[in-house]
Amino acid sequence: MNIVVLVKQVPDSGLERNLRQDDKTVDRDAGNLVIGELDEYAIEEALKLKEAHGGEVTVLTVGPEKATETIRKALSMGPDKAVHVSDPAIHGSDTVATSAIIAAALGKLEYDLVIAGAESTDGQTGALPAMLSERLGIAQLTGARKLTVDGDKLTTIERQTDDGYEVIEATTPAIVSVWDTINEPRYPSFKGIMQAKKKPVETYSLSDLGVSADQVGLDSAWSEVLEFSGRPPKGAGVKVPDEGDGGSKLVEFLATQKIV
Amino acid sequence: MAEVLVVVEHSGGAAKKITSELLTAARALGEPSAVVFGAAGDADKLKDTLGEYGAQKIYAAESADVTDYLVAPRAEVLAGLVKQASPAAVLLASTTDGKEIAGRLAVKIESGFLTGVTELAADGTATQVVFAGAVIVKSKVTKGTPILTIATNAVTAEPAAATPSVEAVEVSVSDAAKKAKVADRVSEKKSSRPELTEASIVVSGGRGVGSAENFALIEGLADSLGAAVGASRAAVDSDFYPPPHQFQVGQTGKTVSPNLYVAVGISGAIQHRAGMQTSKTIVAINKDEEAPIFELADFGVVGDLFKVVPQATEAINARKG
Ligand SMILES: Cc1cc2nc3c(=O)[nH]c(=O)nc-3n(C[C@H](O)[C@H](O)[C@H](O)COP(=O)(O)OP(=O)(O)OC[C@H]3O[C@@H](n4cnc5c(N)ncnc54)[C@H](O)[C@@H]3O)c2cc1C
Repeated sequence: MNIVVLVKQVPDSGLERNLRQDDKTVDRDAGNLVIGELDEYAIEEALKLKEAHGGEVTVLTVGPEKATETIRKALSMGPDKAVHVSDPAIHGSDTVATSAIIAAALGKLEYDLVIAGAESTDGQTGALPAMLSERLGIAQLTGARKLTVDGDKLTTIERQTDDGYEVIEATTPAIVSVWDTINEPRYPSFKGIMQAKKKPVETYSLSDLGVSADQVGLDSAWSEVLEFSGRPPKGAGVKVPDEGDGGSKLVEFLATQKIV
Repeated sequence: MAEVLVVVEHSGGAAKKITSELLTAARALGEPSAVVFGAAGDADKLKDTLGEYGAQKIYAAESADVTDYLVAPRAEVLAGLVKQASPAAVLLASTTDGKEIAGRLAVKIESGFLTGVTELAADGTATQVVFAGAVIVKSKVTKGTPILTIATNAVTAEPAAATPSVEAVEVSVSDAAKKAKVADRVSEKKSSRPELTEASIVVSGGRGVGSAENFALIEGLADSLGAAVGASRAAVDSDFYPPPHQFQVGQTGKTVSPNLYVAVGISGAIQHRAGMQTSKTIVAINKDEEAPIFELADFGVVGDLFKVVPQATEAINARKG
């Protein structure tokens, strides 16, 4: 079973993040860049499937030169190789263009499953896996908290819903996306980190993929950021120490707000 | 005035709260036409509610072909309706399904889409809150028919009575859109408490609650207020309040925006704030006076939750007499 895992380099969601003043795209210099947090769960799931069924795990990322750090981090967990799509023209691409680029790159690879995080921790659009299903005409198995591969074709997921889950079935090839409920990602071992440095990374430009530069990038985006601002900080509230009457004081506050 | 397609969120013909919010938002752009995906008879059951919030027309796409397969058939039917009605925009709920339908539709009809919209102006300018609530962005779709997914509890629903006509939609779904079959739908709902994203009060517990048994304290406080129960990821990961996901508030859980959010034994990590930051009033109980949750709290009690919560629950119940 050959699996491609989609990985994105994002600003650390635990730190302060912002957009760039000049072109209003995500500021990738300010924060600490990390591998998309949900992507680690996608890698873990792929490695578990490989351990059970054999085959190869390939990491695929679209991003600037410095995304190689993220590729090495991903490879250190255990995947076999990586594909890096990098081209200056890609900067500022929206989800629509990004999905076209990834679809073209997947066209160069052989896979039974593509696995991604359910959403990126920066854009949080959560639609990219569905868009790849649309573009590639493969089954959509998204939002999984559990993934089962039966034999070598039938794939079943438990898709998280508001009050439970849906059981979704499809045959491969398919695109799966996963939430953080699905597994516990492994930490890279020292050996893994050393091996990652020697694993093959193939780099594609847009022209290698047959994607025209004027279909992607900020100028071709189908939506535009007009303006942005920091959310005004909340006015300082009241903080009282509990001197045996903390619960009552809390309820008095709720009463002033007409909540109780 | 142009039509605005609004994809109705419902369960078995009962409208979810977001549906009235979607119809209200749609009225800023044109005349709302509700699109009902469901089983035969659902559109009729929904008709009164949809009319109450201004739906002029209802497209009834009632067929097993749209309900038995994941997302793709709905995007296909919508693409057909866009062609037929040339709407000013397509509005959906910013749920997993809604965002995925939006993305597929964007590819199909070559139009831009925006997700998690909290405010929609008459000129189509959409407000989004990003980066765990830290940044407010105003954007606009610049190509095709704007596709917008609207965040729950962000728009205040306002009635505007109308008497909608119901138009049955001929549903014919391609084989390509039938690749992911919904084999089962399982509800793990374990109480009659309100749905987390719809509740006007949410009481959440974190790692500080300490155990699954202790979560009864959180439930007790929630029930005194008629609130939904939520949890931090640390609490969910520690199995304090299963099943996973259903109750988690935050970046990878649910986004809530209630009138009152009570955070108990929760430190207030950025990823948690991402899911509750826009709550109107925030109350926190934490024994660590430096806990970042206090930066957000309108009212905070620095103290032991095992003392404060029972006292508060009792005082609320006493008020009810
Ligand atoms: C990709 C990613 C996504 C994430 N998504 C989410 C998400 O969706 N939701 C989420 O919540 N987190 C999420 N997190 C995790 C987040 O970073 C924090 O780890 C988590 O929110 C911490 O939960 P907590 O506040 O319950 O626990 P802690 O941070 O351990 O805080 C426990 C608090 O309880 C207080 N306390 C302890 N005992 C008592 C007592 N007796 N009385 C009063 N107070 C007490 C302590 O002072 C402390 O402040 C995510 C992290 C990542 C990396």
